[in-house]
Amino acid sequence: MEKVFSHPKSLRNVSTHYCAGCGHGIAHRLIAEIVDELGIRERVIGVAPVGCAVIAYDYWDFDCSEAAHGRALAVATGIKRVRPQNIVFTYQGDGDLAAIGTNETIHAANRGENVTVIFINNAVYGMTGGQMAPTTLLGQKTTTTPLGREIKLHGYPLKISEMLALLPAVKYIERVSLHSPPEIIKAKEAIKLAFQNQIDNIGFSLVEILSPCPTYWDMPPKKALDWIKEVMMKEFPIGRIK
Amino acid sequence: MSKKILMTGNEAIAEGAIQAGCRFYAGYPITPQNELPAYMAKRMPEVEGVFIQAESELGAINMVFGASAAGARAMTSSSSPGMSLKQEGISYIAGAELPAVIVNVMRGGPGLGNIWPAQSDYFQATRSGGHGDYHSIVLAPSCVQEAYELMFLAFDLADKYRTPAIILGDGMLGQMMEPIRLSAEHRTPNTEHRKKWTLTGCKGRSPNIVKSFYMVEGDLEKFNLTLQRKYKTIQQKEERFESLFLDDARIILVAYGSMARIAKSVVNNLRKKGKKVGLVRPITLWPFPQKAFTYNLSPKTYYLVIEMSYGQMLEDVKLTINGKAKVEFLGRAGGGIPTEEDIMNKIKRISV
Repeated sequence: MEKVFSHPKSLRNVSTHYCAGCGHGIAHRLIAEIVDELGIRERVIGVAPVGCAVIAYDYWDFDCSEAAHGRALAVATGIKRVRPQNIVFTYQGDGDLAAIGTNETIHAANRGENVTVIFINNAVYGMTGGQMAPTTLLGQKTTTTPLGREIKLHGYPLKISEMLALLPAVKYIERVSLHSPPEIIKAKEAIKLAFQNQIDNIGFSLVEILSPCPTYWDMPPKKALDWIKEVMMKEFPIGRIK
Repeated sequence: MSKKILMTGNEAIAEGAIQAGCRFYAGYPITPQNELPAYMAKRMPEVEGVFIQAESELGAINMVFGASAAGARAMTSSSSPGMSLKQEGISYIAGAELPAVIVNVMRGGPGLGNIWPAQSDYFQATRSGGHGDYHSIVLAPSCVQEAYELMFLAFDLADKYRTPAIILGDGMLGQMMEPIRLSAEHRTPNTEHRKKWTLTGCKGRSPNIVKSFYMVEGDLEKFNLTLQRKYKTIQQKEERFESLFLDDARIILVAYGSMARIAKSVVNNLRKKGKKVGLVRPITLWPFPQKAFTYNLSPKTYYLVIEMSYGQMLEDVKLTINGKAKVEFLGRAGGGIPTEEDIMNKIKRISV
């Protein structure tokens, strides 16, 4: 009988620390499945962020490095330049990639580093307890925007994927979502392409994943998925950006 | 014997690094160390190494973190304000137990300060600098030849102890040209086989993780104790210093780096006149060479600490001597350099 489902070899068989309804577990699994399918487990090197996914290396079963908050793409640059034969990816949240690490992100992209970036956008800082992220929506309440994000005080949600798409050295950017099984299948296809691009030496590839954070959106998991579809996707439309 | 060539300190440091097997350099422009990255930009491609002009000091030090994690001998360089920015990365490098070499060609501070030579970053280099209980090994060359030679030691010590090693020079050393002799020695750049912990892909082994994060209660304390044992070993084994006339000296000058050369001239001149003066020149600033301060310890002996700062190494000298001899100080900073005359005057006042 054909085996159609199994635990990915690149994912350790352990419980995660993530909250109920969090998207990180799904994103981790998609990466592990793709690493297995592409046969690159013994070549891949992951760079974990600072944020909720700080111990992603406890869940993936391949070589990984930590990086200081925001510096994942600088660390990945160092690794990839020394070992171009390896497949190097970063896994970063919105605060890591688009606030404290904006400089590292833009310049790694502009140099056209041949790496893969998995960018988790959940519109909030999770690990530190629900503060405003660069991607927090207008009107969204967080601990540091108790009355909701306001343009005149906090500016607009930062669309860093669209900004990065302007750079000639950036080869592939797509925004996907985890709010339903069909969208998760599309997310997997996008992530796989971002890894395949690196294998084929095409260059800098980034997948932005809209990911639920029921805890700091203050809603039940099901409602968080609906909120992505009905609210978040209006500000961050999914699809290929470049 | 190879012939002598004329080089600036900055260039000699870069060439020393290349010959010591450094194959990754990332840096950001800042005066007075710009000859160093310029030299690396030319030299690295010749040895199939990597040169990156980073977007910032933060970018540079974190690229070094990655390159070191991937097994390369990696370095960065900067000058004082840039070193402040690198402290985050140095703390992570120490915490992840990665080897790396960081060069600080010191200039005047605080703030933007100026581009004149100074030794005002001694505290930053020898105390943790960044956050957490860690130390970097700190080496202080006093001439261009020594700047070149200490690069071999810096990379070897960084690898041996898996810890950051800082070359603490100053703008005078960096900019000055001197004839130096290059060694015939070229280290094998690929040291991966000795580094079982590097990230190479988990082929044929269980995955390696490079990290400084310990979330389970008690684990971080255990890790800190491991670090402390390592630092104790470094303190016991790696002290280095140069000394002159300590056997009978009654006034012992203590200076490092460029400042030590001026102090040495004074000592040699006064010895010709029969004065009982001596010199201690620490080569390792951390570990501080305590063995150098065991001579003539009596209330009649003066240790005169001379720095291009307002008294930073002075604290280590006082801690080491612990009241067993007299300690005097002469210092200028912000571009001022104590001259031979300044030192002679200070010695006269002590001797009276």
